[in-house]
Amino acid sequence: MSRQETPFVPFSPNPSLQQGTPTSTAPLKHSLTASSTSNLRYSSSRKSIYDRHLNRSQRSELSKASFAFLFGEMVQYAQKRVSGIQDLEKKLVLNFTVVLIATGVTQFDIPQGWDIVLNLHGYTIGQRLLELLLWRDGRSAKRETRILGILQFITTTLYRSVFNKPADGLEKSRDNEDEYMLIDNDPMVSSYISVPKEMSQLNCAAFVAGIIEAVLDGCLFPSRVTAHSVPTDQYPGKTVFLIKFDESVLEREAVL
Amino acid sequence: MSFYFAIVGTKDNPLYEAEFGTSKQGGDGVARFREEQRPMNQFIVHSSLDIIEEVQWASSTMYMKCVDRFNNLFVSCFLTAGNIKFLLLHDTKADDAIRQFFTDAYELYAKTLMNPFYEVDMRIVSLVFDARIRNAARKYL
Repeated sequence: MSRQETPFVPFSPNPSLQQGTPTSTAPLKHSLTASSTSNLRYSSSRKSIYDRHLNRSQRSELSKASFAFLFGEMVQYAQKRVSGIQDLEKKLVLNFTVVLIATGVTQFDIPQGWDIVLNLHGYTIGQRLLELLLWRDGRSAKRETRILGILQFITTTLYRSVFNKPADGLEKSRDNEDEYMLIDNDPMVSSYISVPKEMSQLNCAAFVAGIIEAVLDGCLFPSRVTAHSVPTDQYPGKTVFLIKFDESVLEREAVL
Repeated sequence: MSFYFAIVGTKDNPLYEAEFGTSKQGGDGVARFREEQRPMNQFIVHSSLDIIEEVQWASSTMYMKCVDRFNNLFVSCFLTAGNIKFLLLHDTKADDAIRQFFTDAYELYAKTLMNPFYEVDMRIVSLVFDARIRNAARKYL
């Protein structure tokens, strides 16, 4: 190969998303052989992420205790990060401009701030889950193009793969055309979390709301998803995820 | 026969690109685009994005076959669930082989995404990814 490779410099609209990656790198070595001296760093098993099979953990389950512990730490992390609101705001604006615009957040008090951090944690997971689940569908995989289709996908496929049960309900708002409600009677993530009285607005299922929002955004259904506690006698942890679609989604839906 | 492959992100930003030739019928797998053709390739592929935006709502398949053509060049597209576009510029029709190539590329992309340090729309600089894509091209194209 004689031709000169020019470095490939993309133009991300959000340069901070590219943090850590140089804007121009040496051209890729095309003849990569096992013996070539590359600057790759391998893990101790000398396996990269590309050597692992995507279906390996499909059926395996995670211990609920360890998840609860990890999630508790995540909530505390969110809490600590929000102690300096100014700082957080700056960081969020730098790193997550896109997300913030999508969630429509302009100002927040402390409990809501927690929500946002948890929501962002969930968002990154949702983006990955979407592609993973569709890849696992193999040839039968299809992109969802209608509102009902994507909501069905979330309540059944996505919920089942994450929580091993479908969501408990899906309702359309009577007052607003663009609002849907996804109901979970006992969200797994907050089963070991007790919220102090003075923060009754806080619902740690914001994490799940983040996952849902990422999936909707990924499929080009820009929306805002928030978690609200609606305790009943039977289900004290009942949570409603309020999904508010962007106008553009409804316009498109009307045309289809 | 030469191929130009590009992965385009959700904001129409390029994530990865590669050129390869055919390995079938004794091909050596080296792309033979003329030097003045190479910028044109990017241009043709980029212009097909508009068409994809129109067709993507009409069907729910991920592999959209040939979406655009320019002179003797075809553009095939594979749209992932997260709206990442895989685009392949080719000069002969071979739907099945291209589908298989795209399926492999999708698996590699999904694996890239599993990396917690990778975010959607970041460019893919992994050498392993590059090598695997070229392997898939050698196998199917």
